[in-house]
Amino acid sequence: MAKYLLLKHYRGAPAAVNDVPMDQWTPDEVLAHVRYMNDFAARLQETGEFVDEQALSPRGTFVRYDGPGRPPVTDGPFAETKDLIAGWMVIDVESHDRALELAGELSAAPGARGEPIHEWLEVRPFLGAPQTITE
Amino acid sequence: MDEALLRSLTPTVIGILGRRGADFAAAEDAVQEALVEAVRVWPDDPPRDPRAWLVTVAWRKFLDGSRADTSRRRREELVQEEPAPGPGTETDDTLELYFLCAHPSLSPASAVALTLRAVGGLTTRQIAQAYLVPEATMAQRISRAKRTVSDVRFTQHGDVATVLRVLYLVFNEGYSGDVDLAAEAIRLTRQLAASVEHAEVAGLLALMLLHHARRPARTRPDGSLVPLAEQDRSRWDTELVAEGVEVLQAALARDRLGEFQAQAAVAALHADARTAEETDWVQIVEWYDELVRLTGSPVARLNRAVAVGEADGPRAGLAALAELDPSLPRHTAVAAYLHERDGDPVTAARLYAEAARSAHDLPERDHLTRQAARLNAQVRG
Repeated sequence: MAKYLLLKHYRGAPAAVNDVPMDQWTPDEVLAHVRYMNDFAARLQETGEFVDEQALSPRGTFVRYDGPGRPPVTDGPFAETKDLIAGWMVIDVESHDRALELAGELSAAPGARGEPIHEWLEVRPFLGAPQTITE
Repeated sequence: MDEALLRSLTPTVIGILGRRGADFAAAEDAVQEALVEAVRVWPDDPPRDPRAWLVTVAWRKFLDGSRADTSRRRREELVQEEPAPGPGTETDDTLELYFLCAHPSLSPASAVALTLRAVGGLTTRQIAQAYLVPEATMAQRISRAKRTVSDVRFTQHGDVATVLRVLYLVFNEGYSGDVDLAAEAIRLTRQLAASVEHAEVAGLLALMLLHHARRPARTRPDGSLVPLAEQDRSRWDTELVAEGVEVLQAALARDRLGEFQAQAAVAALHADARTAEETDWVQIVEWYDELVRLTGSPVARLNRAVAVGEADGPRAGLAALAELDPSLPRHTAVAAYLHERDGDPVTAARLYAEAARSAHDLPERDHLTRQAARLNAQVRG
């Protein structure tokens, strides 16, 4: 098994096919979307492939070390930040193909007019555990 | 409390419940519940006869569980069938359990999880922690696996090779959590070797023992990898090496060579060299030739190229490497190593950095990055 991160972007991914902001959907379309996401996670729990999912607030702060004895410097949030992560799901699957298949299903979540969003998701493999026998 | 004893009794007790009429899935659940209760109760109130205790409690759990979906009449029949408690004279069904849990209809990960629970006696929580997934996810993986094999007859004999692949995975691809999966794989393979006469079972056991012997020398205290050539061989566990070599020799004497024996033979040749320089690379190349002949595995060919580089020089190694698919895992790392040995640190540094970017685990990536950094510093003078 290998773990993969399915990464969802607020900004930074290529534009979705059905690219209508969520606040322009009908309330029922929003509900249907949330239900789809919950059902998707529940299904992965049943198949034994679910590890974690989290949503992130868009309001991030940049922080860096500023030398000994000084408080860290903070900056942001930057309205112009190119890349903004919205959230993720971690899955534990048998193959890379399976990870792609699941990301494809997640990207089909319904949006405006109840149509699939066709959102771009980023699939990133975890660095796994080292193998004992390599020679 | 003797957790090892508790765990070693698990497959036997599942087998006893099976012969009393419980199907595998229900028997396995009942024994798992009994194990959890044993962990709770035994420390304060250790049983005189642990096995009889487990059988009694598991059987009661089974009857409780079947109350929901079995008629009262059926339950009474089962109670009547219950043999008198006491020392059992039954044959051990452990071997059948190994086959069932490694059934070819299961995915490798499902087979691993089911084997660790039903044969290894680990709890779902321990297995989940070992593979870094939530307990609920592991519980689902195990119950799906049980549904998958629910139609398989419990006594059906399978192919030992499928069992060996599962045990190999447990040994080779375990995270380093609270559960020592390598030690567990060795325990399960030892137990299997005791119940079936098979050269490859012994071969796999020898392979595990010989690699486990190196564990104290394989990583630094900070977790970073130490390559075989740089390991402090005085820290290898000589008892494990001796046992591994003995098990291997007995296996090879059966004259039924297989891939695990061939891999163990390579490990034994490494174990036999007091320093890296004394390694008998010519013989190792011959064993890799056998391994390639037996499996055709690209990984075996890659390792053969490394061995050729040591036996006949880096140019010969690079020539052997050139015949292989460059997209193979570790291909670039091997190329980097051989280029360095061939006196080309610039190419080697570039290839090490490239290999680091495509590494599959963190210690490997850190190791390759350090190699690139070392060569870059050397080139800069």
